[in-house]
Amino acid sequence: MARIIVITSGKGGVGKTTTAAAFSMGLALRGHKTAVIDFDVGLRNLDLIMGCERRVVYDFVNVINGEANLNQALIRDKRCDQLYVLPASQTRDKDALTKEGVGAVIEELSKTFDFVVCDSPAGIEHGAMMAMYYADDAIVVTNPEVSSVRDSDRMLGILSSKSQRAETNAEPIREFLLLTRYSPERVAHGEMLSVEDVQEILSMDLLGVVPESQAVLNASNAGTPVVLDKISPAGQAYGDMVARYLGEDVPHRFLAVEKKGFFSRLLKRG
Amino acid sequence: MGLLDYFRGQRPKGSATVAKERLQILVAHDRAERNRPTYLLNMQRDILDVIRKYVAVDMDAVSVNYEQDDDRETLEVNIVLPEPAEERA
Repeated sequence: MARIIVITSGKGGVGKTTTAAAFSMGLALRGHKTAVIDFDVGLRNLDLIMGCERRVVYDFVNVINGEANLNQALIRDKRCDQLYVLPASQTRDKDALTKEGVGAVIEELSKTFDFVVCDSPAGIEHGAMMAMYYADDAIVVTNPEVSSVRDSDRMLGILSSKSQRAETNAEPIREFLLLTRYSPERVAHGEMLSVEDVQEILSMDLLGVVPESQAVLNASNAGTPVVLDKISPAGQAYGDMVARYLGEDVPHRFLAVEKKGFFSRLLKRG
Repeated sequence: MGLLDYFRGQRPKGSATVAKERLQILVAHDRAERNRPTYLLNMQRDILDVIRKYVAVDMDAVSVNYEQDDDRETLEVNIVLPEPAEERA
């Protein structure tokens, strides 16, 4: 049985797809057979971030409609053979994802995969509801910014009332907070909500804090999940977050302003 | 520390503090709204209809407040009746 994880946020542009790509790659690199599904029907982008956009033949909706089988649609990652991508369809039919169809695909994936990561579209429309419906765990991607925090809280309400687990009175979805685009400098200047502030408002378990980093744009430019960039703070933060999800006790990093060394300060002045 | 602050001058409150305060109020309000039973709005309308059969009151004359504690739920219905002069003849 696979564990089903939804990457959600409510608000757009906070880093859901970046997170879905990095998180699923991170799980796969640790030897777990992982499938990542793009639920953003009509606006597929996960394939681009994963760098497999030219290998898309069949998609999620083709599988639901029986036009292709799952093995034909799944794209095996070229960097890690434990990772498979199921791309979204570019159809404009918003109702192409049926609850039964999605359930059947997830159930089939569950038989052979360890983890199924569902990359949710923004908003609370049909696609987002389908992405979270079958989830066991939810990673709520949040920016330290008022509208993102508010939308995350709304998403928590939806997770606890509209999911399969909620409807069948099963054990509730485990909810984890992932704070992205964090800038310790701006927090130190009192210009940005701190990790503690956001945690206090949302009262959720903190899975990770990803600092604002140029590495994220570089990674998406190249179609490489940022977790593969082991030098950048963002890549390392995603690596830590995967370890924490798998139950390892990893201390949080990149939360404080980086202290400039004597030499770098000297060089800057010069 | 106080002396240091004095020399730095009075720093204005960071915008993050304002953000946190606004969010705390907003999120508390959203959550309260979320936990309200769905029938509340319909009930409020029905109560208003009954009252308006006897007294001319505004749409906002009836406020329904729902609160949930650990062990009990409280439903508070508040009806503002008009001044005697405005009453129907």
